[in-house]
Amino acid sequence: MSSINTIIEAKAHVYGDHIDTDRIIPGKYTKTLDLSTLANHVLEDLDPNFNKIVQKGDILIAGINFGCGSSREQAPLALKQSGISVVIAEDFARIFFRNAINIGLPVLEIGKHTIQKGAKIAVNLKEGTVTDITANKIYTATKLPDIMIAILNEGGLVPYLNKNGNYTL
Amino acid sequence: MGQTISEKIISNHVGRKVFAGELVISKVDGCMASDTTGPLTIKAFKEMGGTKVFNPDKCALIIDHAAPSPNERIANLHKMMRDFAKEQGMRLFEIGEGICHQVMVENEYVKPGDIFIGADSHTPTYGALNAFACGVGSTDLAAVMMTGKIWLKVPQTIKVHCSGKLKDGVTAKDLILFLVGKITVSGATYQAIEFCGEAFESLSLASRMTIANMSSEMGAKTGIVHPTGLELDYDFSAITPDEDANYIKTFSFDVSDLEPQVSAPESPDNVHNISNYEGTKVDYAFIGTCCNGRLEDLDIAAKILKGKKIHPDVRLIIAPASQSVLLDAMSNGTMATLIESGASLITSGCGPCVGTHQGVPADGEVVISAANRNFRGRMGNPNSNIYLGAPATVAASALEGKIMNPKKYLI
Repeated sequence: MSSINTIIEAKAHVYGDHIDTDRIIPGKYTKTLDLSTLANHVLEDLDPNFNKIVQKGDILIAGINFGCGSSREQAPLALKQSGISVVIAEDFARIFFRNAINIGLPVLEIGKHTIQKGAKIAVNLKEGTVTDITANKIYTATKLPDIMIAILNEGGLVPYLNKNGNYTL
Repeated sequence: MGQTISEKIISNHVGRKVFAGELVISKVDGCMASDTTGPLTIKAFKEMGGTKVFNPDKCALIIDHAAPSPNERIANLHKMMRDFAKEQGMRLFEIGEGICHQVMVENEYVKPGDIFIGADSHTPTYGALNAFACGVGSTDLAAVMMTGKIWLKVPQTIKVHCSGKLKDGVTAKDLILFLVGKITVSGATYQAIEFCGEAFESLSLASRMTIANMSSEMGAKTGIVHPTGLELDYDFSAITPDEDANYIKTFSFDVSDLEPQVSAPESPDNVHNISNYEGTKVDYAFIGTCCNGRLEDLDIAAKILKGKKIHPDVRLIIAPASQSVLLDAMSNGTMATLIESGASLITSGCGPCVGTHQGVPADGEVVISAANRNFRGRMGNPNSNIYLGAPATVAASALEGKIMNPKKYLI
C-alpha cells in the first residue's frame, strides 16, 4: 500500500450502535472545502470532548450501522482530518463505507466485539486482523471486495482513477 | 432462475444476466449532486483527471441544501457550482427551483428502468419510478460524472408486501414510517427493497416517492415500488420481477387498520401509533422536504387548516418541494389557505431539514416535521427534539399546539 500504513497500533475510542453522519459531522458544518474546519466539530453532538482527546493515529471503534443517514463524505473526511487512522465497527452503513474507502480511510467490519474504551489495539490491514492487546483477543475482519482493495491500495478513488482512467474488476 | 427488479435493471445495463452478490461495473443513465456534495464532487472530478462530464444532458447540479446562501462561504461554493455547470454545458438548478429529487423527476432526468446515481442519501426516491437509484458520496459521484460508470454489488432484495387499503386520513407517510419501525434503520443495509401489494397500487407518484424516499432510513441501497398502478405523463415499459425471483426475506403486513404513525426522537425507526404521543406539546411544525413537500402534501395540510388559525405558540414553516409545486399550490388556492392560517413560506429547497438555516429550533423545543430524519442535531440544534409524521399530522398538530391525530379533520 502506497500511502496507507498497513500496521497500526493505537488507542481505541469506543462508541455504540447507529452513529449517524449527523452525529459524526452536523450538517451545518459540511458546506466547506476547508477540510481542517471539519475536525473541530467531529462527533461534537455525541462526545463534545472527542476533538480534544483524539490523537493522530488513534482508532475509532463502533457497534452496528456506523455512518448511517446522510451521504456526506465530510463524515469520513472529518474523522480522517481529526487524526483517526482506521474505523472499526461491527458493521457499516453502505454509503459511509464506500466514502471512507474512496477518501483513503481504512474501515474494517469485525462483527460483534467487546473492545473497551481506551483499549490498546493493533490492526493489520493486509491480513485483515484486529488485535485487542488489552483483552488479548483477535478479531478477523470481513474481506473487502477486490476493487475496494485496489482503490485503498492507491490511497483512494482519486489516485486510483488518476492512474487507471477507468474502473477495472 | 428468476430475477428481481434490481437484478433485471442491472442486467440490462451490463449486457448479461446478473444476480445478487455479483460485483459489476455498470453503465449509469444519469447523475446529480447538491450543494452539500457538489463542491467536493467538482474538486474530486478535477483531481482525478476529469475534463468533460460523460453526458451533460444527464448530469445535473442542484442548489437546494442551503438556498439562498446563508453566508459568504456557501455563496462561494454555489458560485463554484454555477461556474462548473457553465463550463460543462450541464444544467444547474438554481435556488428556489426545488429539491434535487423533485426536480430530477419533474424534468425527466430519470425514467423507469434507469440506473441513476445521486450524491445524496435520499436518491432511492426514484424507485417510485421503477428505477434503480442509489445514493453515494462526492468522490463516487465525481467518478460517475467522469466515466459514466459505477462499480456495485448486485444487491439481494427484501420483498415488502402490504395488503389492504389505507384508511381515510392515513397516508403513504404513515405507511412508510410503520415499515421503517418494523424493518429498523439497519434492517435493509446493502439490500434492495421491493414494495408490492394492494396498499401501494393506488398510490400517486408523489406518494410512491414518499415510500421509496425512506428506503434510505432502513439502510437500503435502493427501494423500488412495483409499477402496478404507476401513471406517468409519458409511455414507459415497466420492469417487474419474475415469479421465481429470489428474495432474501419477505415481510407481509395487512395495513387496512393502520393508524397514523409518529417517529419519536431520535431515530427514524422509533415509530409508534400516534396515540402514544398525542398531547405532546409542540413549538414548531414543518412541512416540506424530498419526503413530503409535494402538492398532495400541501393540499392535505390546507384541507385541515382552511379557515382556521394555527396555535399561537406554534410556528409553521412550509417549504414546497419545487417551484412547480409552489405554482400549483398557488393556483389551486392551497398556498393562500396555508398562509392565511399563519404558515410561513420559505424558498423551495431542503430548508430546515438539514440544520443549516431557515428555521433552526431553540434549546428544549419540540418539532413535529414531515421530513424523514430526526437524528439528534439534525435540524441544527442537538438540544431540540424532532418527531416525524405525515403532513396531515403536522398540520393538525400545528393547529392544536400538540401532537394530534388528523383523523377528525379529514373524515
